[in-house]
Amino acid sequence: MIPLAIENSDRYVGGAYLVFLLLLLIYVAIMAAKLSRIQRELGSLADLAERPRVRPDRDVGEIRDRDQDIASVREEAQREEAAR
Amino acid sequence: MANALKSITLRRLALATVVVMGVGYALAFFAAPEDADQGFIQKIFYLHVPLATVALGGWIVAAIHAIRHLQTGDPKYDARSYVSIHISVIFGLAVLLTGAIWAKGSWGVWWEWKEPTLVSFLIVFLLYATYYPLRYAIEDRDRQARYASVFAITAGAFVPLNFLAVRLAQPLIHPRTFSSAGGLPDSMLWPFLVCLVGMALLWASLVWFELDSKAASAHLKRIRRSLEATA
Repeated sequence: MIPLAIENSDRYVGGAYLVFLLLLLIYVAIMAAKLSRIQRELGSLADLAERPRVRPDRDVGEIRDRDQDIASVREEAQREEAAR
Repeated sequence: MANALKSITLRRLALATVVVMGVGYALAFFAAPEDADQGFIQKIFYLHVPLATVALGGWIVAAIHAIRHLQTGDPKYDARSYVSIHISVIFGLAVLLTGAIWAKGSWGVWWEWKEPTLVSFLIVFLLYATYYPLRYAIEDRDRQARYASVFAITAGAFVPLNFLAVRLAQPLIHPRTFSSAGGLPDSMLWPFLVCLVGMALLWASLVWFELDSKAASAHLKRIRRSLEATA
């Protein structure tokens, strides 16, 4: 049986509670780092969601090409009708 | 009962934790009498024993979730089992550190290898410390979850057996909190029980917080995949 060696009990009680608080703080700090990573990820996703799906220059070009196709088909149809 | 459980939110749980822990430790320091043998250092008891009890209980909760995971195959039970083990390991580390400080102040040594209570808790703690390498050594997610669940059940069954073995063994110096021979007087028992409930609430709050954080990360990954696929 080891004899009781109670001395400076305030120091040990304070130390034990401090260790527990320190562990909790470390845990909270790790979770805070995770939370900031989630926020960064959320920010980048918001950018991705707000970015236009198709580039505008390509879009305008495609519409122009389509309009030209329609116009040329119309002209051809009018010429055929006039020839008849 | 189900409605009452549904009305619990993380915010309410966290508030309850702060209130109960505050009341518990105020009672422990200002209402509970000093121990006749140990004096003021016995106040570590209100921190150390609830931590140990909740850590051991948390590992059993993890085993129950692991059983549900193997029964249903639902990954949410695997996540609950993982997080329960994780928080209990942190509590377990706090148990070892606060126990060592108490031992140094009370017995004059940081650790006593001949004391079954200390060594058995260390064995259980080290057993759960191997959970992480075992889990992350497996790349396939389904297999990883299944193996982790089997581990959680096996180790969870070991916890009460270990506790029983320690109870049956002859203690060297570690005091027994609840025993047939006396135990705690009411003036110490009530503060202890409030601290125990507070510690259990803290454990539940941290588990909930971490599960929410993991769920948020998983949702973000899904949204990113879906956005990148349609971009």
